[in-house]
Parts: sequence; C-alpha cells; structure tokens
Amino acid sequence: MNFDPRFSGRKFASVGTRPIRPDGVDKVTGRARYGADFNMAGQLVGRVLRSPHAHAKIRKIDISKAEKLAGVKAVITAKDLPDLTDGDAAMYDILDNCMARTKALYDGHAVAAVAAIDARTARQALKLIEVDYEILPHVTDVDEAMQHHAPLINDTIFTEGLEEKPVKPSNVTKRSQFGHGDVHQGFGHADFIVERSFKTEQTHQGYIEPHACVASVSSDGTADLWVCTQGHFVYRQHCAQLLGMEASKLRVTSSEIGGGFGGKTHVWAEPVALALSRKAGRPVKLVMTRDEVFRASGPTSATSIDVKIGARKDGTITAAEATLRYSAGPYAGSWAEIGAMTAFACYKLDNVKTVGYEVLVNRPKTAAYRAPSAPMAAFAVESAVDELAKELGMDPVDFRIKNAAQEGTRSSYGPVYGPIGIGPTLEAVKNHPHMKAPLKKNQGRGMACGFWFNFGGQTCTDLNIGMDGSVSLAVGTVDVGGSRASLSLVAAEELGIAYEHVKAIVADTSSLGYNDMTDGSRGTFSSSMATISAARNAIRILRERAAQMWDISVDDVVWEQGHAVAKGEKHGNLGRLSLKEIAAESGKTGGPIAGHSELVADGAGVSFATHICDIEVDPETGSTRVIRYTVVQDAGKAVHPTYVEGQYQGGAAQGIGWALNEEYIYGKDGRLQNAGFLDYRIPVCSDLPMIDTQILEIPNPNHPYGVRGVGETSIVPPLAAIANAVSNAAGVRMTHIPMSPPRILAAIEAERGG
Amino acid sequence: MAGIAVSTTINGDTIEYLCQPDETLLDVLRDRLGLTGAKEGCGTGDCGACSIILDNRLVCSCLVLGAEAEGRRIETVEGMAHGDQLHTLQQKFLEHAALQCGICTPGFLIAAKDLLAKNPDPTEEEIRFGLAGNLCRCTGYDKIVRAVQDAAIVMKGA
Repeated sequence: MNFDPRFSGRKFASVGTRPIRPDGVDKVTGRARYGADFNMAGQLVGRVLRSPHAHAKIRKIDISKAEKLAGVKAVITAKDLPDLTDGDAAMYDILDNCMARTKALYDGHAVAAVAAIDARTARQALKLIEVDYEILPHVTDVDEAMQHHAPLINDTIFTEGLEEKPVKPSNVTKRSQFGHGDVHQGFGHADFIVERSFKTEQTHQGYIEPHACVASVSSDGTADLWVCTQGHFVYRQHCAQLLGMEASKLRVTSSEIGGGFGGKTHVWAEPVALALSRKAGRPVKLVMTRDEVFRASGPTSATSIDVKIGARKDGTITAAEATLRYSAGPYAGSWAEIGAMTAFACYKLDNVKTVGYEVLVNRPKTAAYRAPSAPMAAFAVESAVDELAKELGMDPVDFRIKNAAQEGTRSSYGPVYGPIGIGPTLEAVKNHPHMKAPLKKNQGRGMACGFWFNFGGQTCTDLNIGMDGSVSLAVGTVDVGGSRASLSLVAAEELGIAYEHVKAIVADTSSLGYNDMTDGSRGTFSSSMATISAARNAIRILRERAAQMWDISVDDVVWEQGHAVAKGEKHGNLGRLSLKEIAAESGKTGGPIAGHSELVADGAGVSFATHICDIEVDPETGSTRVIRYTVVQDAGKAVHPTYVEGQYQGGAAQGIGWALNEEYIYGKDGRLQNAGFLDYRIPVCSDLPMIDTQILEIPNPNHPYGVRGVGETSIVPPLAAIANAVSNAAGVRMTHIPMSPPRILAAIEAERGG
Repeated sequence: MAGIAVSTTINGDTIEYLCQPDETLLDVLRDRLGLTGAKEGCGTGDCGACSIILDNRLVCSCLVLGAEAEGRRIETVEGMAHGDQLHTLQQKFLEHAALQCGICTPGFLIAAKDLLAKNPDPTEEEIRFGLAGNLCRCTGYDKIVRAVQDAAIVMKGA
C-alpha cells in the first residue's frame, strides 16, 4: 500500500508516444458539451446587473418593478446571499465579489441578478431594477493607488508586513520580502550596475469560452451544478459555504472547459445562479457575455517594477534587487508576493533582495493567469540582465549561463534546488540553429529565461477494471488541454496494456474524493502520480486473484507487461495470466477489481524555460512582426510530447499577445474601454509564425516517471524575450508592456530627439 | 409576439422553425435546434467560434438573424463527417493535436473547409490569413496550420 513516488528510470512503452486523445472525436464533431451546451427541463435564463461605476456606495436597490414583470421568476441582491463566511476574510471577499454588498468596487461589479423565462425578459427585467448609487472617487493605476492622497478602497485594510503596525488604512494590503545575503555590500563589489523601472499593463486570460453554468437547487436542499471550471471540487466547497449547504448535497459536474489559464479557478456566477435557482425553484442557466468576462471576471495584475543588478567585469552578478508593485483589484491577494519570489529564481546569487507590494485598485479582482505574477517580474529582470550583459560586452546567453542556478543553489526565494533545467535550456539555446539565422534590416533578436514553481496538491483517482479487461480511469483534475490522453497513457504504461483499452473521464464531485483544482501545472503531474498509485493498487489485487486462480502464494506472482507471471521453478508450467483473463474470472475470485488512490502530490519539480525570438520593427509606424520564435523547456518527462509542444506554443502565443498588443484600457471615469475581442486584440493566426519547440527531459526525482508540470512556464519568458528583441531592433530599451505601435514609436522618437 | 416561420436546409436536411425577429441564427441553432457545435465566444463577430457556411459563404452565425435563413443552405460542424467517417480536416486536427480545449475547433474546421473549397492549394500565409477570423487561445495556431496543410495535401490527392 505504501506508494513510492521516487523516480525509477524505467523504460517506457506507452509514455512518450503520441496517440489521438480520447475526447478528440467529440471535439471535432461538435458533440463535446461545454458550459453553455447543457440544458435542464424547466430551465430559466439568468442575467446579472452590473455597476457602471468604478467606485460607488450602494444606497438602495429597488427590485419591485422587475419582480412584477411577466416572466420574471426571481430577482436577487446581496440580501439573498447572506454572509455565512463566519470571519473567513478570503471567503467574504469572494462573496462580496459575487454580489456587491455595500459598495460597488469596479466597473462591472455585480449588484443584482434576475432569472426569467427567456433572455429577452431577463434583459428587460435588468432595466427595471433601480440602483441608487453615491459615486465615490476611484483609482485604477497601481502607482497612483499607493499615493497617500489616493482614494481609499477599503478602510479596514492596514498594510501587513511592515515593521511598525500602521495607524492609517491603506490601499497597500501587504509588503513581502525575500532574499539572502547583503545587497548593499554586493553592489559595492560591482563594476557595472543597471537600474531600471518597468511597467506592465493588465491583461486577460482570454479563454474563448465565457463562464457558463446551470444550477438546480431542489426543495429538499440538494443541488446540482453544471459548470465550466478548472476545479469543480473547489467550486463545490465555495458555493456550499456561501449558500449554507453541506458540500455533499451539492453535486458539481465539470463540463468540457473552453480554456481557463487560471481564470476559471474562482467562482463568480455560480453562487449567483444557485441563489437564483433556490429563489425561483427552477434550474437557472447563467452564461456571461464577452463584455462581462472582460469587466467582471479576473484579469491579471498591472505592475510597476524597479530592478537593480550589479556585476563584476568577469560577468559574475554581485547583487540583485527588485521592488514589485502588483494590482490586486479591490480585494487582497498574494500577487506581488509571488512576483517577488519568482523574480530572480533563475540565478545563483549571493546577495539578493525582493520586496513586493499588493495594491488595491478599482478594477476587477485579480485572478491567476498562467504562472501568475511571474511573467511581469521576468520581463523586468530579464530586460535588466540583457542590458547588463551589453554593458559588460558579454553575449547575453553566456552571461546567463555564467550566473544560472544549479542543483544545490539556494534559490532567491528560499529553497535549495534539486536537479533543474535552467542551465540545460540555456546550453540548448546557445546551440540552437535559431541563434544563427540571419537577421535583416530593422530586425532584432532577443532571448530570456523563465521560472515557475509548479504545484502538486490533493488528488484522488479511481481505476476500475471491467470484466472484459478494459480500464475506466476516473480522475478529478479537470482536463484543460489533453490530460485524459496523458493519464490514459500512464495507466496503460503501469498496467502493461494498450492505450486503446483505457478510457479516462473527469468524474463529478459526488463520484470521487476531493481534488484540488487544475492549477500550478498540476493536472498531469499530480493525477499521473495518483494514477500510478491506483494502478499499483489494482496490480496488487490482480496478483492476488492470479495467485488464487493458480492456488499459489501471492508472493510468487509478479506483474510483467500486463500479465501475472508465476515466478520460481516450482511454478514453471503455470504460464501467464493476462489482465483480461484475470478480470474475466473476477466474479468468482472476490468481485470487482479496482485500484484507488488518495494522495497529496508533493515534489512538483520546478520548471525552467528559455525562449528566443526575432522581431521586425517598422521604425516609421512602430508596428512589429514576429519573424521567428523558439521555446526550449524542461518537461521532466513528456508523457504525450505533442500536447507538451502545444503547451509550449500556446504559452508563447499568449506571451506574444501580452508583450505586443493586449491591455486593459481604463478611461478617466474608471470604466473599461475595450471590453471585447475587437479592441482587446489577442493574436490571430496571421500575426504569428510557426513556433518551434525543443523539449528537454531532466527527470523530476519526486515522480515515478520523472514528470514535471509543463503548462505555465511557457508564458514566463516571452514578455522579456520580445522586449529584448524589440529593443535590439529599435535601438532603444523598451520598458513598458505592451509594446504597442504608439509606445514603440514614442520610444524611437524620444531616442532620436534625445 | 408572433414568431417568424422559417424553412431552411441544414446539413442537407430540410428544417423548419419559428423564431423571434431579433433572434440570431446562432441562438436558433443552439437553443431551438440543439445544434450546439457552433459556440458563442463573443456575440459580436470577433472570435469566429460560431462560424457556419451559409450558401457557400463563411459567416459568423451570431451576426445573422434566424429569420434570414429562410430558403438558404446552412452547413455546420455537425454535418462535416459522413456517418462515422470523419472529414479529412477533422481527422488531421486529431492527428496533429490541433486542439487543446477544443472550443474554437468547430469554427476552425468550418473556416478551413471553406478555405480549402475556395483555395485547394493554399500557402502557409494564405492559410494564416484565411483563418485570421477565428481566435484560438490555446495552441498558438502552429498545429492548426499544420493540420490544414496536411489535409490540403490529402484532399488534393483524393
């Protein structure tokens, strides 16, 4: 029963192959059911009324006219979601974000909701709800929000992490600090020092599927929720807590998910849909519009970062320091803290110090976005590292290789590294043909490194063997990009059977034990660990059954390539029993054969990547074109290499959009001006070249197959790699993301003028 | 309000329905006819997830009214495969892993089908511009372009 998760260095038969994914046919034929593709009998349409103001006191909400409209079955406000959070501040923030209680804190904040017989009636009803607002001064910029005269968003917040307890409330919720050594002394030993300030604008995960759910609360107090989410068990826990239900009474089924990237880790519409259903006594379908997704789900932080790095003439970094300010929306978060932890994680540093500040602003509550907080910190640090290499007259790759963290290095955020991939990705980049490809006029090349922690977490998996010998694998980590394929490969590998005989599904919350959500690149890492454990438990039973069928001791039965084999000369003529043969007899040998696993997947190996890109800049217009792009990343072990490549390419493309185009634009009135895909422009097919990938495999010692998470790291280097390329092409250091044509043109003109 | 009676052809079948004058064809397909293959990603014609072919023309069904389908011929993703035989594009999307979450896939398949019908031998650039009206946030488009290139080769040989 004791599961040994250590890397064993086995030779693989299934893992590492590239079969077609089990959910593929449904997805190319339109049969796959996403959040909005599910309906229930008697279902109503839910819609949400949102604040048009960035910051306003809610004096009164009059729902009487809306309630009287024919076809309206329920109207709710915060009164219908009473505070049951019992002093849990984080849950209270979630509740307040789902439905504003006393103040609207951002343009788009929900203030009321209706359920009606159709969308037209629901829309009409929203217009009949009268909200009396007292408009308050607002602040949307992270630096402005830190000023003493800035409008205060929450007067109960006093900055945590200061040496002296502050006497006045502040928009800064927390100060955090990481590092070791003495940076002051370190800078004293430097021959060259680069010091720069950087800004990045707020971006959205931009998943193509808007948030959608169908909620059905029965009069007996039980409920069902169908929802697109990265974590249905977490949604169940949050919804049950907010609605005062026992978790076991709420069954949450995760639909196919049309992209999440961290943005579907938080409840917004789901408690509202449940409250509407409870009041109306009928199922309610609630689907966000794209405008609502931008205004009222969770984008990433906007940031303002100062970096200082010093090095000796020989290229050794002597000290590194950064101050990082991250916007959190109107509720406390840990975004700057994560940025401060990741900023210098790629390097071996004797003296390093990072300080993070979480800052409240009148924008939507910040949510995770793929390696949350790391890309902005990497942009600032890797830009400064590039500039320092230039001052030293060193090749930027060689400079990084000289200072790269290694096994045994104490990381800038504390832990000592095991075997890691930063050095190997840099060596691979140094030797990559991309580095020798010729550049034309106005083209520049940039490269940058990135780090992400990766996460493991609570995981529960069931592996059931049918009487025909086929295998059903039920996992609880939502499949965001092909994990049912990779987990089927792992089950096939461990059992020694063909991939085709395994069918993986994502089970609902009533069918499986608790699972943390699919975040931290944990889907394949943690559920493969649980799948291996479950398969080993099933193999133990298969061996017992074979022993029973042969009437020998189970100690004499081993499992080899999908068969029970009797070992020892005394059993020489027993032959082998296949999994299928043992399963066929299961009814006579003790009943169904299954393997279960409940574990905390510790030891998610840290992940590193290095990217190279070539950018052409039009000096007349400031417009850019991506000419070449290459991703080199450590996967530990690529279970399904094609989908690993896909993660590398997808993260790079999102990073390209972030670096060059995407940003939330707020007007002076504090309202979001570009809440749609026309004005918030994510990369389209014609914007990008092919994205080359190179998978390195430095086994994670804490996983039986050496697997590391691969989903997030690929978005960490692009902002910096592209900024370095644009800076090289334009001949001026770019310090503000996104590098939209006006910003590039302004930088070029300032350089010419200066 | 009285509904508008519409008779149209969807994936080769004659279909009749009643719809409201302000109802989009996308809503009719999804909510009245149960054809949920076309997805609503934006409702403003920016993402292409609701792409269909209307009388040999690629359109966003969120920008067409249900009433406008009268007497027209509609092709959706549900009509691409012949029985259990996948269309070459569908097969190539699977082989190349040209989908991750898959929400944009029906729109891409329809757009690619329309592209190859009009240009059976497209260059990479022509594919990229031909599919520029469809947003994908997962793949970076690399594997989608390769799947379409591969499908074009197979379909030319057929």
